[in-house]
Amino acid sequence: MMNKLIELKNLTKNFDDQQVLRGINLDIYEKEFLTLLGPSGCGKTTTLRIIAGFEEPSDGEVLFNGIEISKLPPYKREVNTVFQKYALFPHLNVAENIGFGLNLKKVDKTVIAQKVERMLKMVGLEGFGKRDVTLLSGGQQQRVAIARALINEPKVLLLDEPLGALDAKIRKQMQVELKKIQQEVGITFIYVTHDQEEALSMSDTVVVMNNGEIQQIGSPTDIYNEPENRFVAGFIGESNIIEGTMIRDYLVAFDGFEFECVDKGFEDNEEIEVVLRPEDLDIVDPGQAKIRGIVRNITFKGVHYEILIETELRTYMVHTTDYAEVGREVGLKFGPEDIHVMCKMGSY
Amino acid sequence: MKQYRNLIKPYLVWAFVVIVIPLILIALYAFTEDGNEVLTFSFTLENFRKFLEATYMSVIFKSFKLGILTTVICLGLGYPLAYIISKCPEKSQSLLILLVTIPEWINMLLRTYAWMNLLSDNGIINHLLGLLGISPVTMMYTDFSVVVGLVCNFMPFMIIPIHTSLSKMDKSFIEAAYDLGANKFQTFTKVIWKLSIPGVLNGIMMVFLLSISTFVIPKLLGGGQYMLIGNLIESQFISVGDWNFGSAISLILAVLILIFMSLMKKMDKDE
Repeated sequence: MMNKLIELKNLTKNFDDQQVLRGINLDIYEKEFLTLLGPSGCGKTTTLRIIAGFEEPSDGEVLFNGIEISKLPPYKREVNTVFQKYALFPHLNVAENIGFGLNLKKVDKTVIAQKVERMLKMVGLEGFGKRDVTLLSGGQQQRVAIARALINEPKVLLLDEPLGALDAKIRKQMQVELKKIQQEVGITFIYVTHDQEEALSMSDTVVVMNNGEIQQIGSPTDIYNEPENRFVAGFIGESNIIEGTMIRDYLVAFDGFEFECVDKGFEDNEEIEVVLRPEDLDIVDPGQAKIRGIVRNITFKGVHYEILIETELRTYMVHTTDYAEVGREVGLKFGPEDIHVMCKMGSY
Repeated sequence: MKQYRNLIKPYLVWAFVVIVIPLILIALYAFTEDGNEVLTFSFTLENFRKFLEATYMSVIFKSFKLGILTTVICLGLGYPLAYIISKCPEKSQSLLILLVTIPEWINMLLRTYAWMNLLSDNGIINHLLGLLGISPVTMMYTDFSVVVGLVCNFMPFMIIPIHTSLSKMDKSFIEAAYDLGANKFQTFTKVIWKLSIPGVLNGIMMVFLLSISTFVIPKLLGGGQYMLIGNLIESQFISVGDWNFGSAISLILAVLILIFMSLMKKMDKDE
């Protein structure tokens, strides 16, 4: 891995008597695309604002290249931000907005003009320099905001739900472009979102947050396939979460049956929870599976069907391309690698 | 909206009777000679020519000078105050704005009489100066007393539009400026000030118009001989009885104000 760029050490933040961050520890590396993911109010934006310098942490440290910066004002930090509602200056045109930072540094006018042109090209807005920013579409404003931040050649770009205000189609397109831009400029992106799909498709590292605490840090595949707790499993994708017992390594019991699995390292007979992703479940003849149930509902979702199967103890959700009639008795089949065992914790 | 359109009709009639007809009459008076019969008019430009005489030109010059001075002082004092108020927590902001407007609740005459008491030769200020061993200063019936009166009366009209534009300003613009490397001073000059210009222009327009057309304040604080354009118009109608000349001055003032406002509008657009 690359060098550590930012270290957050035991960050806490109180607003009045409300604690919004409860001890955040996080290492952020060079050239990493890191996403802070969580529901609204989980503290992800506050974390970002502390890195940007708009908030001071109540306690804890922010290290940038090993130097404590939590008291440094935003204008002295080598980070730039893309704001949620872009915050483009309405009294300046596109080129003036992009050149704002360099203008402050008294860079030569012709150099600024050249750099602005290059930036416009990179974000696909060539020839837009003279336009009025208030007349641009949401997607175009977004691109200007990115260009305005990147022209300062920051070490880190902070993005606060930058795609939140865009419609679904442009959003998808911008996701791809953002990733491309990040690889092109080769700097760290810290991205805040509540959209799990966005987080999984763009990031190198996903940090799942809830209630002011980090729930899990990992690659998108780790987060999806090996959620560490019920919150992560429930927040990322859809899942069937079942309470059970780890009998011993590689053997787990739930719903009255024992199943082989690939997890180990728990105590024998420890109470655990099992995640079964809906798309990992297969519908088979009742005779071929341990868990059996009745099809209660089937909904067509485009690529797949979403089928609800009621067993004696619970209702399972299955995503499959096979059709199953309502009322039929079926079996639910899954392999050892489809069972994800996680620690039991307080329910959310 | 369409079904409400008829509701506007009584207002249109009202506006026509009390605004348009008097304006037409003013214009008619301005371009005619004294002693008109109901149906016979003798048109003339004499009233406008008369206005070009040095005595009257000096009045309009003085009016503009005091109007500009009042506006500049109101802006200089009002902007910082509006800025400080806009930085306060939201709850205290409405209280502070209320305090700014409270003097306006009291009749303007009373407020102006209060100033006469404060500023007169044996008034409170001179009395206090006397206690400090400073000999009395004549403040009443000077440009100073008139400007003090104008500034105090019209200050809220500067503060409120500026405060509105500052408090409505999206805080993320300020954060964006910090983020892009602007220190506090640069953030103010390059972003906050620029974005508050519409409010500033509104304030300038209000204060300037009010101070250039007022006649009560200069009359009381400037004394009977003190002539601003408002007093000139008043005297033509009330004491001299030359309605034609008074109308012509009113028309000239209206045109000057119109020119001033269109200049302001143009500045607003350019920003």
